[in-house]
Amino acid sequence: MELLYATVSELSEMLSSKKITSVELMKAYLNRIKTVDPKVEAFLSYNEADALAQAKASDERRASGKTLGPLDGIPVGIKDVIAVKDQSLTCASKILEPYVSPYDATVIARLRAQGAIIFGRLNMDEFAMGSSTENSVFKVTKNPWDVSRIPGGSSGGSAAALAAGELPLALGSDTGGSIRQPAALCGVVGLKPTYGLVSRYGLAAYASSLDQIGPFGRTVEDVAILLQTLAGHDSEYDSTSYPAKIPDYRASLKNRGPFKLGVPREYFGEGLDPEVKTGVMAAIDFYKKQGHEICEVSLPHTGLAIPVYYIIATAEASSNLARYDGVRYGHRSEKATDALDLYYKTRAEGFGAEVKRRIILGTYVLSSGYYDAYYLKAQKVRTLIRNDFMDAFRKVDAIIGPTSPTAAFKVGEKTDDPISMYLADIYTICVNLAGLPGISIPCGFTKSNLPVGLQLIGQPYQEDRLLAIANKFDEAHKFGLKQPTL
Amino acid sequence: MSNYEAVIGLEVHVELKTNSKMFTRAANAYGMPVNTLTNPVVLALPGALPVMNREAIEKCVKVGLIFGCQIAEVCKWDRKNYFYPDLPKAYQISQYDKPLCLGGGVEIEMPGPARNIQGAHRVVALTRIHLEEDVGKSTHIGAESLIDFNRAGVPLIEIVSEPDMHSPEEAFAYLTALRMHLLYAGISDCDMEKGQLRCDANISVRPVGETKLGTKVELKNLNSITGVKNGLEYEIKRQIQAKERGESIPQETRRWDASKGVTFSMRSKEQAHDYRYFPDPDLMPVRIPAEVKNRLATQIPEMPWKKQERYQKELGLPYTQTAVLVPDQELCAYFEKAVAVYPKNPKGIGNFVANDLLRERSAGVSDGMILLSEVKITPEAIADLVKIIDVGAVSSQNAKAVFTEMFQTGASPASIIEARGFKVSTDTGAVEKLVRESIEKNPEAVAQYKAGKQGAINVMKGYVMKQSKGSASPAVIDELLKKLLS
Repeated sequence: MELLYATVSELSEMLSSKKITSVELMKAYLNRIKTVDPKVEAFLSYNEADALAQAKASDERRASGKTLGPLDGIPVGIKDVIAVKDQSLTCASKILEPYVSPYDATVIARLRAQGAIIFGRLNMDEFAMGSSTENSVFKVTKNPWDVSRIPGGSSGGSAAALAAGELPLALGSDTGGSIRQPAALCGVVGLKPTYGLVSRYGLAAYASSLDQIGPFGRTVEDVAILLQTLAGHDSEYDSTSYPAKIPDYRASLKNRGPFKLGVPREYFGEGLDPEVKTGVMAAIDFYKKQGHEICEVSLPHTGLAIPVYYIIATAEASSNLARYDGVRYGHRSEKATDALDLYYKTRAEGFGAEVKRRIILGTYVLSSGYYDAYYLKAQKVRTLIRNDFMDAFRKVDAIIGPTSPTAAFKVGEKTDDPISMYLADIYTICVNLAGLPGISIPCGFTKSNLPVGLQLIGQPYQEDRLLAIANKFDEAHKFGLKQPTL
Repeated sequence: MSNYEAVIGLEVHVELKTNSKMFTRAANAYGMPVNTLTNPVVLALPGALPVMNREAIEKCVKVGLIFGCQIAEVCKWDRKNYFYPDLPKAYQISQYDKPLCLGGGVEIEMPGPARNIQGAHRVVALTRIHLEEDVGKSTHIGAESLIDFNRAGVPLIEIVSEPDMHSPEEAFAYLTALRMHLLYAGISDCDMEKGQLRCDANISVRPVGETKLGTKVELKNLNSITGVKNGLEYEIKRQIQAKERGESIPQETRRWDASKGVTFSMRSKEQAHDYRYFPDPDLMPVRIPAEVKNRLATQIPEMPWKKQERYQKELGLPYTQTAVLVPDQELCAYFEKAVAVYPKNPKGIGNFVANDLLRERSAGVSDGMILLSEVKITPEAIADLVKIIDVGAVSSQNAKAVFTEMFQTGASPASIIEARGFKVSTDTGAVEKLVRESIEKNPEAVAQYKAGKQGAINVMKGYVMKQSKGSASPAVIDELLKKLLS
């Protein structure tokens, strides 16, 4: 168990001191997966032989003194929305069930260059639309802390796999909270980088102006190590990638501050579960006691974030998902009688209910005569939301508050109530709309032993400072290393 | 018929000649095996993202500069959403509300009253020019449809004219001028058969004197310049006849069927697409600085009408010669090279280049003509020939034969003249001897000439020419004959 829940730096040390080989490490995770995944169901699929071959290659590099980097020989799980060459890319959707990607996403290429083992396809809500991973067409991933509960979403498989000790690191994607919310609900660390820090090339798009790939780990340090490999300009493949200077994230964890943290009053109102509130307040108190300055800030347009998000994200999704038409790849209806019918039937058969709901909503808001009232206005409000943060950042280094209003809820509890499901992302959505980096770290447990997440929101491209702030709490508590009983 | 006038606006799509496609590095080429110029971006695989082609943007700006358009300071992209199997993303990246080029106009030349008389020039106003990407090519075989994506994503500009033309002839002149300018600046090869230049027309008719526009019909599938002319002729006649019968013209899109020679309705206004345009979140707007525009302006070569004017005014070429030379930039360059070698007689050079050379290039070739690059005569050799003619060292009659031989063998004019004994004798004594001989041997002709029949001199002249094998200058013979017979 020590091995399965070891941090990346511990694993790296064990590998370099030859206490363990990468093949042994991979075998340990594979055994764990075989034992616990029937209960957790974090994986949609994985290729054991391929993983062991990658591990063997890493061991051979190490033996000949050609180790590539701190991730060499360490497996990284991949959310099934990121393209890996010769592996399936389903987006947890029937429409992509037969699809195999012929190319690597930029993040995958970067991980390979570091020697990381690209491992497994992790479950998610279909096309990353959802907050519980219940929208996967294939299986419902369970929360390792209570398998009757959801792991959060949409990157539920990534968060659950880490909490269950099936993997040390994973990639997720975050459009409205899809990394941070499941990280919070599963008690691990998840970072959504600044929009543009990590290339989106190879990430099946949900909402292009909001999507970011980000790292999951059990500690802030692990996330910093993984981010180091992911971050960087991709001028060749992603026009929205930004040529930011990439600092040494792990080294920047040493920054002791003191920091100024802003508590937004809008994040502690109605809907926030009292136990979550207690956990978050305790964490804020910790920072205060450590000599950091805490002050109240206001983000007055917070209340508009959810409607704005569901206009912008669905509008973009309606266009991004139009390519799944059965013409070139993926599911194609057998029942179609002509070209138009092929579209109707393929898409009717291939998409799940939530995806259809969002495509219809997005198509509506972009329709002629409605564009100005919905899409254009939403973009204006989006600017106001970003301005709220920028105003706050004149006073503080980061914003601190809850990641999710509640701890993990029961499987099936909210499936018939999309609006209440949407509200699960109330504190995370603003961060995507503003393009900012946000991190969720575990800050304790409820009375029923469910993890509580603390969210820290930083300034654009200042992940180094954000990680340093998050690490102050995390290195003192390390809640992410706690092991659920499975 | 004469009670109505037609109002025509043209929408011309031109594929840009670039190394790679509009938003990816896949090659832009014609005639390659089907579906070989593809990659994840071209095929709209999950995760693929567009990255702009600088060369394409620069070419579009150049077109705007050529036609005097206002060039936008920022290049912004929009998605035009519609489903069609040859459109891989199910949206086309285009420019909706902010085209790269606004306004401007295309100067056209109408046909003159006779072949050797230049027609009037006028400017057809442009509305806009924008940049977008081409779609794939569908081939329908029975119930099956096959798609070649080689063309998908090729940079395409759409040049939209104002409803500023009134006859098929004017539309023809517009397309001819447009094509000529684009060829000159190396923007496109403009081959309509290859679909590199495609034209849709908006046509309405109205009573002469009326200033309000009638209801327009959009005419598609005009696949050649003559197709445009024939399609417009048919459609104008159809609309006028309908009006004369008292019918109203419904707003619709019609398709020209070249084989049947008719237009038929494709869709009514009610069936028109709602393209749900919105700004493409995958692409950042790009600023086009004044320095870039200035640099591009310096790369634009002399345009056809400027050249025509210069040839006529500065080089003294007749319209008939410029009408042959100007549309062919390569031929102009060839001509100008010859003029540079021998600047004294551009008209003489023009005569060989515009007439003899073209005749020789077409002779013996069943289709088209021998490429200029394969022609054996150098411009320098033509200059030499004209120079030799001008000093009277070869008769213009023999010069034609010399030219033909030059064309066939590539030999220099001097060597051909020498070999064939065409050299005009500078020995007037020898000519005078032949002239005297001629007078002696043709007493009848002498008598006729003296009796006032001027034409009789040709008999004696012919004798001298024959005896001298053409080496005697006709002018010299003429002079001597007149002197000796007076």
